[in-house]
Amino acid sequence: MEDEIELKTAPADFRFPTTNQTRHCFTRYIEFHRCTTAKGEDSNDCERFAKYYRALCPGEWVDKWNEQRETGTFPGPL
Amino acid sequence: MIVLKWLFLTISPCDAAEPWQLGSQDAATPIMQGIIDLHHDIFFFLILILVFVLWILVRALWHFHYKENAIPQRIVHGTTIEILRTIFPSLISMFIAIPSFALLYSMDEVVVDPAITIKAIGHQWYRTYEYSDYNSSDEQSLTFDSYMIPEEDLELGQSRLLEVDNRVVVPAKTHLRIIVTSADVPHSWAVPSSGVKCDAVPGRLNQISILVQREGVYYGQCSEICGTNHAFTPIVVEAVPRKDYGSRVSNQLIPQTGEA
Repeated sequence: MEDEIELKTAPADFRFPTTNQTRHCFTRYIEFHRCTTAKGEDSNDCERFAKYYRALCPGEWVDKWNEQRETGTFPGPL
Repeated sequence: MIVLKWLFLTISPCDAAEPWQLGSQDAATPIMQGIIDLHHDIFFFLILILVFVLWILVRALWHFHYKENAIPQRIVHGTTIEILRTIFPSLISMFIAIPSFALLYSMDEVVVDPAITIKAIGHQWYRTYEYSDYNSSDEQSLTFDSYMIPEEDLELGQSRLLEVDNRVVVPAKTHLRIIVTSADVPHSWAVPSSGVKCDAVPGRLNQISILVQREGVYYGQCSEICGTNHAFTPIVVEAVPRKDYGSRVSNQLIPQTGEA
């Protein structure tokens, strides 16, 4: 008997009420990284933002942004 | 007996297009049910208007036939009838617009928080699906490609140009969020039974919310010209009971996380 998977994902956000969710994904990614800089890497408060952006952003985008953050060319406010 | 068989054969695969099909496919979501109902409602009035206009037309042709009525009356104006035939059709189209707009806006309304998010990413010429709700790092734990099964590999009973190797498995009776995007050229993610047709645009994430009301396998095809194999990028959604979905996902998750 395998443990039942909990069905849970990023909630609907009133800032992004339209079909276009591009900003939703980008904002959640930024929020997570701002959160970790403010509260430290080990903080558990930021984990929910990570869950949100992972649910919303395509893996390819996240990889690209991670690379850009490492090289310092990330276009967003961190 | 033959007739029964024939009937059931045509009834059972109604979640895919069938030869010489005239109507819509059977609805699997409230949205599609709404679309079909609106279509039928409008069609009722459409037929009434059609019959009325045809009747006027035939009557005019009949009574003003050149043998019947060689010198017609030279009436070229009629204020009353002109006002009536302007106001009345515009009122009719306004009355059609009310349910039409109500449906249109309800389609992209996110009323409740979805239970799962699935990313459908279009490629030339296959689709990638990402289930990222269960990820604990940026590594993708449940991602797969979905290719069409070529004609020579089809098994008996499978639909040509519609079957894929990896179906999108979703839980039935659950609010789903599908994020549609593309990695190269515009594609489109369309499943007629669920009333969904969403363009996949590179660099943009389009969200659609669906609620599949019954278990089943739903077929769709790419609906945006995306290159030479445009006709060979179908979509297959398999709706399973919620508990089956849970065990399916955890079965697929464990071997992959075990490797990492």
